[in-house]
Amino acid sequence: MDINDLRSLFTVLSFVAFVGIVWWAYSGRRKESYEAAARIPLEDDLPLAGEQRADQVKD
Amino acid sequence: MQSQATYNYKVVRQFAVMTVIWGIVGMLVGVIIAAQLVWPELNYVEWLSFGRLRPLHTNAVIFAFGGCALFATSYYSVQRTNHTPLFAPGLAAFTFWGWQLVILLAALSLPLGFTQGKEYAELEWPIDILITVVWVSYAVVFFGTLMKRKTPHIYVSNWFFGGFILTVALLHLVNSAAIPVFASGMLTPKSYSAYAGVQDAMVQWWYGHNAVGFFLTAGFLGMMYYFVPKQAGRPVYSYRLSVVHFWALIFTYMWAGPHHLHYTALPDWTQSLGMIFSLILLAPSWGGMINGVMTMSGAWHKLRDDPILKFMITSLSFYGMSTFEGPMMAIKTVNALSHYTDWTVGHVHSGALGWVAMISIGSIYYLVPRLFGKTEMHSTKLINVHFWLATLGTVLYIAALWISGVMQGLMWRATNVDGTLTYSFVESVKSSYPFWTIRVVGGVLFLTGMLIMAYNMFMTMAGGRVVNDAPVLQPAHAH
Repeated sequence: MDINDLRSLFTVLSFVAFVGIVWWAYSGRRKESYEAAARIPLEDDLPLAGEQRADQVKD
Repeated sequence: MQSQATYNYKVVRQFAVMTVIWGIVGMLVGVIIAAQLVWPELNYVEWLSFGRLRPLHTNAVIFAFGGCALFATSYYSVQRTNHTPLFAPGLAAFTFWGWQLVILLAALSLPLGFTQGKEYAELEWPIDILITVVWVSYAVVFFGTLMKRKTPHIYVSNWFFGGFILTVALLHLVNSAAIPVFASGMLTPKSYSAYAGVQDAMVQWWYGHNAVGFFLTAGFLGMMYYFVPKQAGRPVYSYRLSVVHFWALIFTYMWAGPHHLHYTALPDWTQSLGMIFSLILLAPSWGGMINGVMTMSGAWHKLRDDPILKFMITSLSFYGMSTFEGPMMAIKTVNALSHYTDWTVGHVHSGALGWVAMISIGSIYYLVPRLFGKTEMHSTKLINVHFWLATLGTVLYIAALWISGVMQGLMWRATNVDGTLTYSFVESVKSSYPFWTIRVVGGVLFLTGMLIMAYNMFMTMAGGRVVNDAPVLQPAHAH
């Protein structure tokens, strides 16, 4: 096994890793946590968390 | 305790103001060298000649204007998305002053003729060492802030900024490896690359293309993923697409560099590899562009009267356009026509003016009122004027260079029946003059927009106050 076999193996492993990331990102289990993550920038201007919870109770 | 902590806005403010200042300086040098091509008599003294000023222009707009914009926006968004002040504020202040020193040294050494001769990496070895120290400090501040975050999740903009910081460190260290010259027992600022021949060329364009991919793309995508949702008031269109976007860029960009060396001494297989990976890059680039633009879905009406959003969405359109054009130009047969012509320069400016500058301008317009205690910029009308000047300037610039570039490529390859060249080189130069004149006009329009921005910024500052008391908020969904 010479270094070129290792290079081919590395390329294949990289591709498998990427496909794995796509599969992981699109798996249904991540839906909720991603929706929460997408709101992170929009929630950094809100009042303190305590007041925020009080608001949500009113809703 | 928590409620008393405040975000570090000082360093953000310093970088934001210098973004506008260096933008004007870098673009002014750009207008000067564009004019020197049309009126060569403007090259009247050697240290202000085209050859010396051209690297000053590229370094000033990329590393001074773009760099300051990246520092400002990354320091701002990393604090706010992670609900924690910057780690090591002293070190953060050092990155500001250190980076300004790098810029000043570049502005002195490049006109004096000190250069390593590597595109976008011209600065000589003593400045390279200073860049390394500043950059490592930047990484410590940024990743240190991430480590003390109050949120369980690291928001996607931080992934892009983090990828940009790590990769630029790697690129800079490898490509700047050089051996300083000892002359009469003294260490001189002159150096020679540690690599030779085609390896040197490949290392340089591995660096050069990833400077585009990570400095000018990943970093500004980090900006996009924070400031577009903020300004639109809507979450990013698809968060999972943003995750795939990030990893796809990371896995492919590194390999695209050889397309700068088509039909050279570089082995054919390496050229083909570079071409294929450049074509693959179209997918993540457009995925990201669509993700940014579609963030507006349901809020398109906001574009009508919000010029800051106009800047951001137009920047994404230019991002989409130039990341379509780039892979096409990486195809060997297309490259045979486009390479070494104005088409390349036009392509770069479609990315640099249209994408990088416009997303930065939009983000800085978002930041300035918040950093100076105002609800909005001094004049929204002037932002709109700036937007149209910038758009018109960019379109004039790139359209002119498309035409002159294709014309040059066709003239250089035209042969007579007996195999001799139809045109001499100078005939293609002569035919380029009208388009170079249009380029000067486009550049002047873009620069005028930046001057208006500076006026607007200083008026906002004059009527505002220095905000150093923005409280650190607890995350809304602290678990």
